[in-house]
Amino acid sequence: MEGRERINRLRWRCTRRAMLEMDLLLGEFLDRIYPTLGPAQADAFVVLADMEDLELWPLINGSSECADSVQAEVVALLRNVRVK
Amino acid sequence: MSKQSIPVRKFDAVIVGAGGSGLRAAIQLSEGGLKTAVLSKVFPTRSHTVAAQGGVSASLGNSEEDHWHWHMYDTVKGSDWLGDQDAIEYMCRKAPEVVVELEHFGMPFDRTDEGKIYQRPFGGHMSNFGEKPVRRACAAADRTGHAMLHALYQRNVRANTQFFVEWMALDLIRDESGQVLGVIALEMETGEVVAFHAKATIFATGGAGRIYYSSTNAFINTGDGLGMAARAGIPLEDMEFWQFHPTGVAGAGVLITEGVRGEGGILRNSDNERFMERYAPNAKDLASRDVVSRAMVTEINEGRGCGPNKDFVLLDITHLDPATIMKRLPGIREISIQFAGIDPIQAPIPVVPTCHYQMGGIPTNFKGQVVSADGAPVKGFYAAGEVACASVHGANRLGTNSLLDLLVFGKSSGDSVIEDVASGDVTHRDLPADFAEFTLARLNRLNTQTGGSNVNETRLDLQRTMQKHCGVFRFKDMLAEGVDKIVEIEKAVARTEIKDKSQVWNTARVEALELDNLIEVAKATLVSAEARKESRGAHVRDDAPDTPENPNGRDDVNWHKHTLWQREGSSLSYKPVTMTPLTVETIALKTRSY
Repeated sequence: MEGRERINRLRWRCTRRAMLEMDLLLGEFLDRIYPTLGPAQADAFVVLADMEDLELWPLINGSSECADSVQAEVVALLRNVRVK
Repeated sequence: MSKQSIPVRKFDAVIVGAGGSGLRAAIQLSEGGLKTAVLSKVFPTRSHTVAAQGGVSASLGNSEEDHWHWHMYDTVKGSDWLGDQDAIEYMCRKAPEVVVELEHFGMPFDRTDEGKIYQRPFGGHMSNFGEKPVRRACAAADRTGHAMLHALYQRNVRANTQFFVEWMALDLIRDESGQVLGVIALEMETGEVVAFHAKATIFATGGAGRIYYSSTNAFINTGDGLGMAARAGIPLEDMEFWQFHPTGVAGAGVLITEGVRGEGGILRNSDNERFMERYAPNAKDLASRDVVSRAMVTEINEGRGCGPNKDFVLLDITHLDPATIMKRLPGIREISIQFAGIDPIQAPIPVVPTCHYQMGGIPTNFKGQVVSADGAPVKGFYAAGEVACASVHGANRLGTNSLLDLLVFGKSSGDSVIEDVASGDVTHRDLPADFAEFTLARLNRLNTQTGGSNVNETRLDLQRTMQKHCGVFRFKDMLAEGVDKIVEIEKAVARTEIKDKSQVWNTARVEALELDNLIEVAKATLVSAEARKESRGAHVRDDAPDTPENPNGRDDVNWHKHTLWQREGSSLSYKPVTMTPLTVETIALKTRSY
């Protein structure tokens, strides 16, 4: 799948989610942070974006921890996203 | 254009939407032996039903005595007597059955020590016809919607329901007689446009809360079912009624719970004044949702809003001990930091009344059959959940009745399909020769538009217009201006241009198509609201105040009726509220007070 298609699919899965909070956070992350990630972190983000909102939200708000270290790095970046 | 112009897939039934009501309907159909396709813009367990946390109501009486008739009374009263009493009786009587069924599907309800479904109190749930609070809400912690979707999805997997994920339905197919014969849909992954030819079509597409600038609804709630129905000549009912929450984060819409004011949070205007002292001297910031929302809008409209555009007020908890905030409101602090860029320990949170739930929708009866203006079922067409208007919520929804609505009417619409297919009432009638013409013309217009309007800017324009002119508190002149503005915005929507013309994963195209649906809902809402010259439930007008003749501004003599908006000519008609329940006596009109 070429770059445009891959990013559009990812955008859809980041901004059409169950919870508004996650649409906002992941959409912002995709625009501002994702382009700066290395390949391993980018892959980890795709895995995180495929999680359901009620799995991912506790990781972001710190009420549960990520087992995978690269995913944990990306979660830390997600935690710092400010939607404004 | 011939019908061979796009591929056709044949099913007994097609369901559009895979949230709670779509999945519940699909169980009936698949287990009933019908070949069923479910189309969804997202994977089913990512539907917005997940966001429903409060619970689902049923008069199980597990904690104390309860009765469906009391639940019915609370629902009629909550609806400000605009709900249809046959549908409300049906829903409340069915509630225990559908909740127990859900338990058997594997729903992990919270339990009592004896192992029964635990029930908790909820606003507006009363015993003995409004006498005292009763515990009626069944929940799975604060994940009720999430748990419900998973239970329903698993049951569908068992029943071999066929899902078409990341497909967007574009238009209804109707023949000359008006019978619905399926939908035309777009597969996002390929860009292919396909007809789903069905004996029966169920819409379960959810609400359209994204018509407002400030909305708690996820981005997915673009009113696709409402747009498709309106374009196909189906009226939309009671679209002026939207439930608002007083405190959403300004700009983002993310909800700040009432618990913040419960812990001592204070609302302030640009003069730093605790303005609720003027509007509700006793309850102050803890006054009811509608009172608080109206006060906030009045402050903003009178120039005492905050920020560069003076378009929000402040929710202040800076006077609370930081340790209390960290202990009692950690999640709210997190939300404020992430979505307002403000640590509420140090500065107040910008908030505005925020759209939450749509009471109106596609008119149906309690069997989930879509009905035309004269009450006759539209053959082959069914709807359930937030997209539908049965009408059980009337002018205002009772808390926890949204999840109940989708279970009861998801099931009843499925049962109606099975019955109508078995009786031969709906069959695979031939598709009209030009069935795809309208949709293909829409797509072609979008693909070839040059010098047109920008989708994001037009959507924002629409959302800001709805927020300003048709929000939680409504004003005669603002409504009239809003109608003119939305007509102008409609012209821009008809000329949207996308730069990306590709077929595969063209999200720009999908967003433009979603905007085609939002505009229909926005028009229906504004035109219906401008016309209804009373206050009732969630529709509150400045020029219809509380008087002895019309308590709370409600005018039963002239306005105790349902609105029907038709896209053709943006015209309105009205139909009576069904005041006769199925088996019990009418719950007679009276003033709604809590």
